[in-house]
Amino acid sequence: MSAEHAHTAHHQDHGHDHGSHAAYIKGFLLSVILTAIPFGLVMAGGFESRSLTAVTVMGFAVAQILVHMVYFLHMNGKQEEGWTMLSTIFTIVVVVILLAGSLWVMYHMNTNMMPQMDHELMQGFGS
Amino acid sequence: MSHVVTDTTTDNLGRYWELKPHHHPEGASTSLGFWVYLMSDCLMFAVLFAVYGVLGTSFAAGPGPKDLFDLGLVAVNTGMLLLSSITFGFAMLAMFAGRQGATLRWLGVTLVFGLCFLGIELYEFQHMIHLGAGPQRSGFLSAFFTLVGTHGLHVTFGSIWLITLMVQIARRGLGPENQRRMICLSMFWHFLDVIWIGVFTFVYLLGMI
Amino acid sequence: MATFSNETTFLLGRLNWDAIPKEPIVLGTFVVVAMGGVALLAALTRYRLWGWLWREWFTSVDHKKIGIMYIILALVMFLRGFADAIMMRLQQVWAFGGSEGYLNSHHYDQIFTAHGVIMIFFVAMPFVTGLMNYIVPLQIGARDVSFPFLNNFSFWMTVGGAIITMASLFVGEFAQTGWLAFPPLSGIGYSPWVGVDYYIWGLQVAGVGTTLSGINLLVTILKMRAPGMTMMRMPVFTWTAFCTNILIVASFPVLTMTLILLTLDRYVGTNFFTNDLGGNPMMYINLIWIWGHPEVYILILPLFGVFSEITATFSGKRLFGYSSMIYATVCITVLSYLVWLHHFFTMGSGASVNSFFGITTMIISIPTGAKLFNWLFTIYRGRVRFELPMMWTLAFMLTFVIGGMTGVLLAVPPADFVLHNSLFLVAHFHNVIIGGVLFGCFAAVNYWWPKAFGFKLDVFWGKVSFWFWVIGFWFAFMPLYILGLMGVTRRLRVFDDPDLRIWFAIAALGAVLIAVGILAMFVQFGVSIMRCNRPGYRDPTGDPWDGRTLEWATSSPPPAYNFAFNPISHGLDTWWEMKQQGATRPTSGFMPIHMPKSTGTGVILAALATVCGLAMVWYIWWLAGLSFLGIIAVSIAHTFNYDRDYYIPVPEIEATEDARTRQLAQGV
Repeated sequence: MSAEHAHTAHHQDHGHDHGSHAAYIKGFLLSVILTAIPFGLVMAGGFESRSLTAVTVMGFAVAQILVHMVYFLHMNGKQEEGWTMLSTIFTIVVVVILLAGSLWVMYHMNTNMMPQMDHELMQGFGS
Repeated sequence: MSHVVTDTTTDNLGRYWELKPHHHPEGASTSLGFWVYLMSDCLMFAVLFAVYGVLGTSFAAGPGPKDLFDLGLVAVNTGMLLLSSITFGFAMLAMFAGRQGATLRWLGVTLVFGLCFLGIELYEFQHMIHLGAGPQRSGFLSAFFTLVGTHGLHVTFGSIWLITLMVQIARRGLGPENQRRMICLSMFWHFLDVIWIGVFTFVYLLGMI
Repeated sequence: MATFSNETTFLLGRLNWDAIPKEPIVLGTFVVVAMGGVALLAALTRYRLWGWLWREWFTSVDHKKIGIMYIILALVMFLRGFADAIMMRLQQVWAFGGSEGYLNSHHYDQIFTAHGVIMIFFVAMPFVTGLMNYIVPLQIGARDVSFPFLNNFSFWMTVGGAIITMASLFVGEFAQTGWLAFPPLSGIGYSPWVGVDYYIWGLQVAGVGTTLSGINLLVTILKMRAPGMTMMRMPVFTWTAFCTNILIVASFPVLTMTLILLTLDRYVGTNFFTNDLGGNPMMYINLIWIWGHPEVYILILPLFGVFSEITATFSGKRLFGYSSMIYATVCITVLSYLVWLHHFFTMGSGASVNSFFGITTMIISIPTGAKLFNWLFTIYRGRVRFELPMMWTLAFMLTFVIGGMTGVLLAVPPADFVLHNSLFLVAHFHNVIIGGVLFGCFAAVNYWWPKAFGFKLDVFWGKVSFWFWVIGFWFAFMPLYILGLMGVTRRLRVFDDPDLRIWFAIAALGAVLIAVGILAMFVQFGVSIMRCNRPGYRDPTGDPWDGRTLEWATSSPPPAYNFAFNPISHGLDTWWEMKQQGATRPTSGFMPIHMPKSTGTGVILAALATVCGLAMVWYIWWLAGLSFLGIIAVSIAHTFNYDRDYYIPVPEIEATEDARTRQLAQGV
């Protein structure tokens, strides 16, 4: 528009991937598909095996998160000398530890410490 | 004790001191810093997901997901957020092209989608509370309202930020500071999308299986 | 006993005359503190220091000044925390043979809670953050941190948290729950009044500051290093600070969110950690320790860095095994997320879970042991100078090893079932926190004081402080190991068995010795300040210890811009290499230096946050809402200020650097 803007456009950090209309639309369409399928699956009643449905739904979620990271957040291994990627990976590791650990710890605690809920488990406790 | 000789003629001066300093671009740390902030925010959500994972079946003889959730509504809501994501992307592209008017228009559209999302979510909350399924009813509902509500609160703050930034861009154009802020807000906005994927999958879809 | 009511009025919430404690001990403290405060304010007014304080310190975004302010905060709060400690020691030696001692249970329970909270959050944390703030930018050859305004704001949020915590002493009460406020005791049913609310809001306000400061320092280390300083050329202290800040950023959000959930339980009536309607109090304990264990390493890791720097400097050698030191630090960083359950082995997760966490806990002692051997090998065949920092380092090695070994003992789940919540545990963590963190902080103060102020600390009083502290420590905590093995649990107020009394008496004696050590430390500061211009104290060189890293390459105290020209690193121990190569210091050709402007916004925001926290504690909803809106309004207004930096003009730099040149010429 004005000369000032032309100047500032020059100021952007080079080497960053800003995406393009085509990439954004591609990402959007992929997200729509990856959202629609699990919604459709669950709304239609899911597979016979509930756990299969759950795993499928979660698989789509992971795929969609990756799509968002690539097409909307423009993540790659080169940004900020790789520190963006490394911090993300570290965070994912901590999140996995936190989620899996909490569920594991609390599940065992519930089964051991609330034995009236399940008498079979009670026999195993303390033996 | 000091070995320093204050003699500027020695050769190794330039070896140890940057005599012709290269210009450090202003705010070069901002986007990495903001990303690190988002990572810490991500861990806040991780706690809420963990709590939902542990308490998600503690219905206390009250209503469960199947009594309360309306997947159609959630799908519409997800659509709002996805649309707002792509319109924010277009705002970014307009910004990089230096088109201030188009940037502001796309930001306006993004804001509308964001507000629609919040409106639908508030309607859902109000509906559930009306049914007697408020956050005090059970561990499950406490975890549900807090997880979904925290995401909604983030969208609210994102919207306030978006309005502020629109005013700033309208006033001062797309200078380097405002570009930096746009980059940060876009990361925030897309990050909230990623969290929402987790929410609709783990809370709504898995709850309805 | 406290009488309280939760009846609220619109204007003051549940705050009323009855909220002011009338117990003589508290009243006496209040009078003394109030008189001291009034005297301080009067002195500041009398000598017209307010403007200077505001302009040069409170609103400063200079990382060095912020670092010093953090450490002053830590020292002030340390006195409060230690007062709590000595009161507990006195109570426990007093309350035998049917005596109730001199503290009622309501008061005693607040004291042990406040002691833990203050020592961890408002002594150890600010001390460590202050050290990192001061030293890291200098060590990496930077002029400031990445986000200087945020740094100022973070500091004032920490102060805000400290103010909220301290206010509980004189208005209302503090939590009586222990330092981690486990529900259901900390729930609204068992802690209906303001104690736990003070705890929550104090920690939340300070926690915002801690998290932001963690992000800030992390990015500073990643983005602001001097040219040539690759990651594997960073000084060890910077490395440990780096890992510490990773831990802060990746664990404080967990604390924040856990406390938010407890807040919701208390204020909104949700059922996260209640015993009814599907709540699960154990989930709180699980979550808080997911933060709590990394927190332990947040405290100790930077001090491992301090000891590494000191050992290398005073042995006159390169640090032995630099890269193994770094790998050990990174190992500890990751492993610290995998051990949290060892804090609640007894809660009943069963054998498989307990063994997993017991083994990970034992594994973590391997990298820690590697570090210790590295220090020993650095000393080995070095020309060791037994200056004060080195003495603290040696005391640390001896003390910390004992603490570490009792830790490994506690990591064995069956042993933990015996020792859980006993005084053995109390002895263990004081052994590592005092012997590691506190000794490290004292070593660091003695080591870097000349850098910050331009003169060394007095050696005689430093040695007095050292010996009283170290011997006092052993007297104070060895008896607790024995009592713990005898089965005495922690946080008890009165005792029946007279045989136990002698051990408590020895521990009380130890506390008195430590008190002398603390007093001697403040005498040391005072004496050194008074003698600061004498030879033997004054340091004109900027490098009094013959140091190795870049902070010693600039003057003491460093100029606002740290380095007139950015240093270039070609390997480890850049300053040492410069000295070996006879590197010179540029004295001409200066360019204007780009610096951030001071701003009062950080103080204002933190003040509003503090008011908001206090209003929430007392249910003064209108004030809480108003101050919250104020925070948002001020933050937004701040973003409309685009004029945040300035250039230091060349003549000013020339004047500063010429003064330094003259000083060096005189000093040689």
